[in-house]
Parts: sequence; C-alpha cells; structure tokens
Amino acid sequence: MKKFTIASILLISILVLTGCSQGTSTGQDVIKIGVNYELSGGVATYGQSSVEGIELAVEQINNAGGIKGKKIQLVKYDNKSEPSEATTLATRLMTQDKVVAVLGPATSGAFMATIPVANQNKVPVISGSATADNVTVDDKGVKEYAFRICFTDSQQGSAAAKFALDNLSAKKAVIIMDSSSDYAKGLAETFTSTFKAGGGTVVAREAYMSGDTDFNAVLTSIKGKDFDVIFIPGYYNEAGLIIKQARAQGIDVPIVGADGFDSPKLAELAGANALNKVYFTNHYSSVDSSPVVAEFVKTFKAKYNKEPDAFNALGYDLAKFVADALNRAEKIDGESLKKALEATKNFEGVTGTMSVDKNHNVVKDIIVIELKDGKQFKTYRVTN
Amino acid sequence: MEQLLQQIINGISLGSIYALIALGYTMVYGIIKLINFAHCDIYMIGAYVGYVCMAKLGLGFVPSLFASMLVCTLLGVVIEKIAYKPLRNATRIAALITAIGVSLFLEYTTMFFATPNVRTYPPMTGFMTRTFKFGGIVISSQQILIVLITVILMVLLQLIVKKTRIGKAMRAVSLDKDAAELMGINVDSTISFTFALGSALAGAAGILVGVYYNSINPLMGVLPGLKAFVAAVFGGIGIIPGAMLGGYVIGFIEVMVSGLGYSMYRDAVVFAILILILIVRPAGLLGKNTGEKV
Repeated sequence: MKKFTIASILLISILVLTGCSQGTSTGQDVIKIGVNYELSGGVATYGQSSVEGIELAVEQINNAGGIKGKKIQLVKYDNKSEPSEATTLATRLMTQDKVVAVLGPATSGAFMATIPVANQNKVPVISGSATADNVTVDDKGVKEYAFRICFTDSQQGSAAAKFALDNLSAKKAVIIMDSSSDYAKGLAETFTSTFKAGGGTVVAREAYMSGDTDFNAVLTSIKGKDFDVIFIPGYYNEAGLIIKQARAQGIDVPIVGADGFDSPKLAELAGANALNKVYFTNHYSSVDSSPVVAEFVKTFKAKYNKEPDAFNALGYDLAKFVADALNRAEKIDGESLKKALEATKNFEGVTGTMSVDKNHNVVKDIIVIELKDGKQFKTYRVTN
Repeated sequence: MEQLLQQIINGISLGSIYALIALGYTMVYGIIKLINFAHCDIYMIGAYVGYVCMAKLGLGFVPSLFASMLVCTLLGVVIEKIAYKPLRNATRIAALITAIGVSLFLEYTTMFFATPNVRTYPPMTGFMTRTFKFGGIVISSQQILIVLITVILMVLLQLIVKKTRIGKAMRAVSLDKDAAELMGINVDSTISFTFALGSALAGAAGILVGVYYNSINPLMGVLPGLKAFVAAVFGGIGIIPGAMLGGYVIGFIEVMVSGLGYSMYRDAVVFAILILILIVRPAGLLGKNTGEKV
C-alpha cells in the first residue's frame, strides 16, 4: 500500500512537472539555438571554452539588435563528453525545444553521433572544432545537415608540409608519429603526400605509442641521417618529451607539429629552453597581429578576464557564422538555414576568412605558431 | 660506431630502471612464490612522492630520493601485512588475484587524488642539467645518475643478502620456509623485510624516472612493470643476479629494436622474448631446471 502511494505521488509530480516545462515555452520574438557541448567529463575544457566564446558572440549579436529584429536565445545542455548523451540531447533540442540549429559538440566522435538526428529532423548541426576527415562527408556523400568551421586533419597535415617547404626551405623530413591514433595517421599521410608533391623527401618514418616516455633510441638512430625538419603528428604529452630528448641529444633542426601541441603542458614537459624553432599549425593564436584578432582578444578579456584560447575563438566564430547565415536565410527554419550556410562566402571570422565548400567544410587559412623559449612568439599564415 | 655507443648508453639507462623494478619482483617471488603485481604501482607512488618533495616542498634530489624510498618501504610493508599475510596459506591463485586488486586500487586511488593528468617535475638545476660530449656521443648527467644509483643500490642489496644475518634468513626462507621456521627464523619479519627492500628499490626507480623523463601519471607503472616482470622471468625468477641481467638485456633489446628502425614492433619483440624464454628455458637464463618438490 505504502509503495503504491509513493509511486502515485511520483507519477503525479512527474506529470505536473513535464506539463509545466511545456507550458512555459515559445515566445515568437526569439530565435532558439541549441548548444550541445561537453561541459563535464573527459574533454570538458574544450566544451567550456567553446561555450564561453558562443555566449560572448550571442551577447554582442543581441546587443546589436539581434537577427531580423529577433533576439537569439541559447538552449544549453551538457553532453558529459559522451557520444550517446550527445545524440539524446540533439533529439531533445530538435523535437522538444524546437531549435533552428544546434552548435557543437566539440569533438569529432560526439559530433558525428548527432548527425543522423540532424538529417532526420532537418535541423543543421554545426561544430566549431570537429577536425576528423570523415565528419561532414563519407563514402555515401555529403551529410546534408552537418557543417563545421574548422580545418580538417588532412588540411592541417598539408599546411604543415607547405610551411616546411616554403618557410623553412626544408627538403628532407623525418616523421615521428603516434601510431596509436587516427589523428596522427591522417596528419602523417597528408604531410607526406604534400611534402613529396612539393619536391621534398621523407627520409625516415618512426613510430611511438601514446604513453611512451623513452625516445632516445629512435632519436639516436635518426641522428645519423641527413634531414632538415622533424614532423611530429601527435599530442603534447609525448611531443614534449620527444622535443626535450631531441634537443638534449643535440638535434637542433626545426620541429613542426599540429594543434595537438597546443597546451601549456608542452612547455612544462619539454622545458622552456628546448622550445625554440618549434612550429605548430593551429586555428588561431592570441599573438596574431590582425585587427580582428586584437579586437576579439580585447572584448574577450573584458568579459572573462583571461586570454582567449583557440576553443574560445572557435566558439565565438561559430555563433557569428550561424548568425550570419540566419541573416541571409529566407525564413527562420532548418531548411532555409542549411541553404544559407551552404552559400556562405568570405565570412570574416577571428580564426580566418571562411567559405563553405561542396563538402560542407570551410576553406580558410591555417595559422602556424612559432615558439620561442616556450612562448608563442610569431604567427604565419598558410593558404590551403 | 658512434651511433652504436650512443645506443648502448641509452640501453644501459633504460635497463637500469627495469633492473631496479625487476629486483622487487624477483625477491618477493623467491621468498613467497607470489608475483606481486602491485610492485609496479609502488614504483609509480615513488615517482609521485618524488614529485611532491621536489615540486611542492622544494627539497633537493637526494632528500627526495630518500623520502621516496622511505614512503615506498612503508607502503610495501603495509600492503604485505594487510593484503598478502592473511592469504599466506591460501592458494597461490588467490594471492595473485589479490595482487592484481591491490595494483588497481593503488592506480585508481592515485588517479582520484592526483587526477589522471600527466605531471611534470620542476626544472632541474645545477649538475642535473649538464650534458657531457665525447665526440659525437652525448651523456646527460641524469643518465650518469641513474646508472650510478642503480649500481650502488645493487651492491648494497648484494651485501645485505650475502653478508648479514637477515640476508641469510631470507635465503633460508626462500629455500624452505618450514625448515627455516624450525631453525628459529622469524619467517614473518623476514618476508616483511623482503617487501621493504624491494619496495625501496622500486621507489628509487620511480623518482629516477621522474627526473629523467620529466613526465609521470597514475598508470605509468603498468608497462614498465610488465617489462620488468619479463626481465625477472628472463633472468630466472627468484634469482637476484638474474633480475639485474634480465633488466639490462630487456632495456638493451628495446633500444636496439627501436634503433634499427622497427620502433613499431618494440613492445611486441619484448613480449615475444617472454614467450620464447618460457618455451625454451622456462627457468630463465640463470635458472636451474629442477622439478618442483612434491
């Protein structure tokens, strides 16, 4: 009997609560945009940083009068860094909250998990930072309602190769790659093909596993070879140690990496004095001298009181990018927005000038950051 | 030639670490026939104690080394008393599974308190930052330190085992526990002492790795632990000189495989050697092939 009472109380309260939440929605003067990001869990820093950027951008857009007279309202959920949770939230945002677009998630796996839901509901999903090659396009063709505003891994690998050829005048490269991640494999492949196409040769290709700490043997063996650049596709944990051990062995050629280098841990692991002549490709750098970046850094600092990182910038660009398309869209619905997104040309963002290509990827410059004594010192632009 | 010499130096540094860890495996196995899988995590704790001493308390290297060894000694003894002693007369598989449990417990407790993130030791100063060049060969002061400390600790260990009363007791217990007890040897305290010795060596290895590679994390013990175990089996498990030999040989093989350009297959080769040794010479290089007593 007691159980029955508790159960019925629970049932009633659930009914009342759900009734309430449906009752409060839909004012006609706002445009709802879903935010589906990793606010807790393994990659929470990516999600949190992206959302900070998004919120800053939306605040600016709304203060400037919104879109076609309507304010943007963000509906924000935490996918806990889990792809399955991201799918559930995407469904909820599209069917219950009736959003016109969903921003995020930040990582490729979680983002891809929301794409079938997007295609089904005809609501675009746009990621600021999902870089895996097969995110927006696969064997079956373009995924209609999926977009992103960051470079792909293969664009990044070929940008690194171009930079090595043109800016460092390198002709012979050694690749030391993380053999345990698809990210590194993709980068190594496009680096190799672009480097060869530009007249360079890859003299050695060595591998390591994530978690390795001893690279002395590999470094000693390449030391006997003739080469003028090392390319390390991988993450900062191992890259930091490789750089430290390479410099200790007296290998002082330039070292090129990718956005996996972007962490303060890199300097801690390698030691500041080992981080010279080290370059890596990235979305954005706060030491970039362009006026758009300077303006962004200033407003971001004013709101959050800290230096913006790449994910802050990508989140900021993402919200502005979608707002730009909404302004051009015929009607405020998913399908019109999709068409407007596809037609984006030369959108001026903090992370570069973007145009959407037929695969729903953006074409934009890639930034190469040079480190000096462990600090970001100078940036270069590589046109893809 | 230069390159070969450099690789030999790399191999000796890496091998020293494996040898230090392998000694703990081999001594514990020798005395109570237990493969103490938690041993590799004592090594990890040693690295973290070193980190706390050097980064948070600002101690120098030598006091931190002693602190690491001391904490690990205590930890080893406590683990033995709480986890293994009650199982002294249980089946060997029960003790083995407990060891795996203790290992996971140490790993994830550390992860809870220290977060899974990689941590770095503070930048070294003075002697620790120097490198010595002989022609094209580069030796860092940290490599010298690793080899030097390993050799000193091994000599000390040999002296303890061969020349002292407690060492004699250890050898007696490992030969025949019951007979040793009948001769008036305190078996319990002898076993504790063995754990203490092995753990102190693992603690030293932990802080040396922290200083040498400058990168520690809660799961750092897993792979080196397995390799040290392979080293112990390679040299003949239960035999102290065998563990030293095994450690250096495994370190060497690893470096040579990477150095010849097969870095992808480095770990595969090490474990293939384990399988090969178990098939061809199950007692290990220095082991005598005696049948088990029944």
